Amino acid sequence: MSNIEVDGKSYETDEEGYLVNLADWNKDIANYIAKTESVDMTDQHWEVINFLREYFEEYQIAPAVRVLTKAIGKKLGADKGNSEYLYGLFPYGPGKQACKIAGLPKPTGCV
Amino acid sequence: MSAKITAPAYRIIPIIPALKPGAMEGSGPYVANDKIQGALGFPGQLVDDWHDQAIAKMGELLGKYRSLAVYMDSCVHCGACSDKCHYFIGTQDPKNMPVARQDLMRSIYRRYFTLPGKIFPKLVGARDLTREVLDEWHNYFHQCSECRRCSVFCPYGIDTAEVTMAAREILDSIGYGQKYDNEIIGKVHKIGNNLGLPGPALKDTLEGLEEDVKEDTGIDVRFPVDVKGAEVLFITPSADFFAEPHIDSLIGYGKVFHATGTSWTLSSMSSEAANFGMFIGNYEQLRKVALRIRQAALELGVKRIVVGECGHAWRVAYSFWNTLTGVGDGADPDDQFAMMLQKQLDHRYKQPMHICEFTWDMIEQGALSFDKEANDKHIITFHDSCNVARGSRMGDYPGGQFDIPRNIVKSVANHFVEMDPSTTHERTFCCGGGGGLLTDDLMDLRVKGALPRMEALKRAADEHGVNFMACICAICKTQFSKVMPYYGFERNMVGGVHQLVSNAIKLGAK
Repeated sequence: MSNIEVDGKSYETDEEGYLVNLADWNKDIANYIAKTESVDMTDQHWEVINFLREYFEEYQIAPAVRVLTKAIGKKLGADKGNSEYLYGLFPYGPGKQACKIAGLPKPTGCV
Repeated sequence: MSAKITAPAYRIIPIIPALKPGAMEGSGPYVANDKIQGALGFPGQLVDDWHDQAIAKMGELLGKYRSLAVYMDSCVHCGACSDKCHYFIGTQDPKNMPVARQDLMRSIYRRYFTLPGKIFPKLVGARDLTREVLDEWHNYFHQCSECRRCSVFCPYGIDTAEVTMAAREILDSIGYGQKYDNEIIGKVHKIGNNLGLPGPALKDTLEGLEEDVKEDTGIDVRFPVDVKGAEVLFITPSADFFAEPHIDSLIGYGKVFHATGTSWTLSSMSSEAANFGMFIGNYEQLRKVALRIRQAALELGVKRIVVGECGHAWRVAYSFWNTLTGVGDGADPDDQFAMMLQKQLDHRYKQPMHICEFTWDMIEQGALSFDKEANDKHIITFHDSCNVARGSRMGDYPGGQFDIPRNIVKSVANHFVEMDPSTTHERTFCCGGGGGLLTDDLMDLRVKGALPRMEALKRAADEHGVNFMACICAICKTQFSKVMPYYGFERNMVGGVHQLVSNAIKLGAK
């Protein structure tokens, strides 16, 4: 286990930098994690992060990549509803990198 | 982490690489914490008397698995295996030669279980089990994907995978497990799949798929869940519900069932084909994971069990489900639930059956028709997944596991090309992410381990214009789409066999 310091407060993360307590999450933490991942947060990034959090709230898991692309396509236009667009925003992969910034647990398994 | 990851250069002449001793030294993958360990009944952290417990466990395994004792005794260091491992080729670390990996355990075996090793340890390459040895085990036994390629070339048939499994079993038993594998097994016990995907999310995802397929084809293809009385229980890796390109094969399976009029169902309680119990060499975990499938089959009253595109799952299903659960012949007569399941299943069909066997049967019977031109943009090659190639079979003759997936690809597409035969069939190279190593903290190893497969793909791409590599394993799909960009390939060059089926299948035509 390790910790990150944001605005003078300490938050617990796992070895890979995922927040341990999901309730700790706030926008400053998201920005902090994004910086460590070399992701510059824009409104487009926030659209994805917000959707991930809404979905997680309902289903206790991050959405499948296809569910995410479809939702983003509906919200931002069909040209953005594809995984290329999401990889453009989150180069390490929308599944894991976006979850990390959104403060959600890492998807595990053969993914 | 990402800064130091580099793909090795392609070898001009693919021979044994120059040695780089210590190239992959280190502490190995993340260690499972006490919560993860506890969920599997393993000690939460390294126990105080780890030395004695490890030796006792090793003795127990040597007694239980005759194969392990034979492997410990029979190696003559001929060197036939030394350059056959993708991790050795990619990392050049001599400890990744299969013989050297075995010797990490063999040296301990000699010290504690053979007379010469007890009396003259130095003369026979025996050494004490120290904390350093333990760390070396954790590191290098997590640089073996249990793919069994080396065993194909060993004149004694020594299977390094079994040595690795035994080492991991010993490490788990003294509280020194691997985070990735053990966390995943815990999720299967708790939620029913590796992902931790709860039933409602599964249903939501599948409903979305039904909409998508309807939009694409105009046909109502169903992806049913928990349907009692369905004929087929379909068990597939949970990555098929979640990841890309996996989900495209899931659509393919659904279309095949639809087009053949097969009544089928998924189970929300048992929504995982993968069985990481095998990766950690632990029989109890292997069985516990497999028993969820039996429970689902009994509750849903199905007549058949069909397995999706997942390499090691098919090895477990084909080779072990019979005695573990009663799917297939050979269950313990005193195991009443296994007997119940044996009676319930329809033995006119293979139990279990691989989805490729199912689809190929239907193609042979003329029950499916295809528009092969739909795959014309692809020049396709096929990557044999290690556990299917070397740990199982399909069809009713030796080598069926090689022919059947290829037969399907050739039935649904016009352009098919083989890769170098020294890298296919039983000599296939692992993708570099199998055996419980598909984790981000091993990314450097994964990229390097993919080298031999990437070399063969590169040749096929350069010489024949190959632009699509089909496989039948969730790990292979994820691993390749992650590491191929390091080698200059597009991520979407990899996909499933049933993704190609999905592209070409004519729905409602017959």
